[in-house]
Amino acid sequence: MCGIVGLLVRNPKMRDSIGELMLPMLIGMTERGPDSAGLAMFGAPVSANERKFSLYSGVADFNWTKLGHDFEKHLSIKAKVEPKVNHAVLTTTLEPETVKIWLKEHYPQLHLLSVGQLMDIYKDVGTPAQVADRYDFKNFKGTHLVGHTRMATESAITPAHAHPFTAGEDWCLVHNGSLSNANSLRRKLQYEGIEFETDNDTEAACRFLQWRMREGDDLETALNHGFDELDGFYTLLMGTSNQLALVRDPFGCKPAIIAEHDDYVAIASEFRSLAHLPDIKNAKVFEPSPKEMYVWKL
Amino acid sequence: METLKFDLDAKPLREVNQFLHGDAGVLDGKSVVIENPNGAHNIAVGLKSDVHVTIKGHAGYYAAGMNQLAKVTIEGSAGSGVAENMMSGVVHVKGFASNAAAATANGGLLIIDGDAGLRTAIALKGADVVVGGSVGSFSAFMAQAGNFVILGDAGEGLGDSIYEAKIFVRGKVKSLGADCEEKTTSPEDRKILADLLAKSGHADVNPDSFKQYGSARTLYHFHVDNAGAY
Repeated sequence: MCGIVGLLVRNPKMRDSIGELMLPMLIGMTERGPDSAGLAMFGAPVSANERKFSLYSGVADFNWTKLGHDFEKHLSIKAKVEPKVNHAVLTTTLEPETVKIWLKEHYPQLHLLSVGQLMDIYKDVGTPAQVADRYDFKNFKGTHLVGHTRMATESAITPAHAHPFTAGEDWCLVHNGSLSNANSLRRKLQYEGIEFETDNDTEAACRFLQWRMREGDDLETALNHGFDELDGFYTLLMGTSNQLALVRDPFGCKPAIIAEHDDYVAIASEFRSLAHLPDIKNAKVFEPSPKEMYVWKL
Repeated sequence: METLKFDLDAKPLREVNQFLHGDAGVLDGKSVVIENPNGAHNIAVGLKSDVHVTIKGHAGYYAAGMNQLAKVTIEGSAGSGVAENMMSGVVHVKGFASNAAAATANGGLLIIDGDAGLRTAIALKGADVVVGGSVGSFSAFMAQAGNFVILGDAGEGLGDSIYEAKIFVRGKVKSLGADCEEKTTSPEDRKILADLLAKSGHADVNPDSFKQYGSARTLYHFHVDNAGAY
């Protein structure tokens, strides 16, 4: 199964409560995905020359202060580390490639979840309510978000296997469904020099789109290639710095429902997750057609 | 007529459904309103008495599945599998319906005012289905009996491997499935169509504006020319 949720807040006055609006959406998808949950939150951007790195330690008592000191000492550059339990957001002006190499060398046990100027990613095992509580999703502020609740069917239940996955700066994807050609896609992409972190099928779809965009495709062209090459069932929800995008496989095997309102656009696997949004009665509620791309811009 | 109200924000759905499964002698002719459905699954499933149920909002999966005798009205949209395996009665969706509406339905009438998703009336076994809007791809796949009226358009592969169900489409058909072909509408079939339009609130629609589709019956029996395909 798995559940997906997306929320883009059009009304600037409501952006400070995006976390609170989203929480019942994510919890509403618990039956579809009780084993892990994740969230990509697009908030206020860092300065133009800075990048945020979302990190996951795997252990609760990780010494984030030491990581900050080591970073500044080794690289002679300032870094801000904001820990949240076993996640932290590291902000620095250093080039992403240098940061990645440094992390791999000095902290190989850390997972780098995302890089960008707006996006933070949190994902972990547990019910959606537990994960949301652990990282205080309720108090998140921002413009748009992408969330996921997972019921694992094809690979292990670990934080790294949870969604969202990223493919580039401020770009993330969640998936409801299963791909039957994930292994062959992975082998093909590895020949193209694309690196994988897990054996998860969604990661294969994500890296496929990353590869297409590296080859010069825009998102729409990349997704059109996806319709030809991704074999299986999927509803994919993607978040970028200023938009949300949604596609369903040509057989419409996996669900999605959309509520468009003057104040927000909300997307979920089922209406259950939209029912408690403010003034939902006056939203335009509809089911997206298969093999069509839906895009909402800020 | 006596009306009973249930609020799903206050009462567990299982209790509401258990009430609706009570003695026909008690329920017959009663009217029940279900408030705050909020997309819950399995609302009013397995009813077997002449009770009128109104769902005030959007229903989740399998609403009014396996319905017998009851009249169920959904004022919002319906999730996957609405009225699946219905035996008799009437299910009316005022909004849109998701995939596999009326799957394997044996009898009764499903009315959808809006659009319906993919695989509508898949394996239909005798029920009548009237869709006011358009239907998605692979609708009426292997439909065996019953009548399927579409006022809008149909997606790809309509009526693939169809048996003896009758399909009437007013709009465009993107493509027909294997062994499905256009038919000439007989006076008897025209009457079936006109009656269904009248019963589903479309009495103003001209039955002559529809094209009829059904089985070419070339897949019914083994044919030696196809031996290589096995």
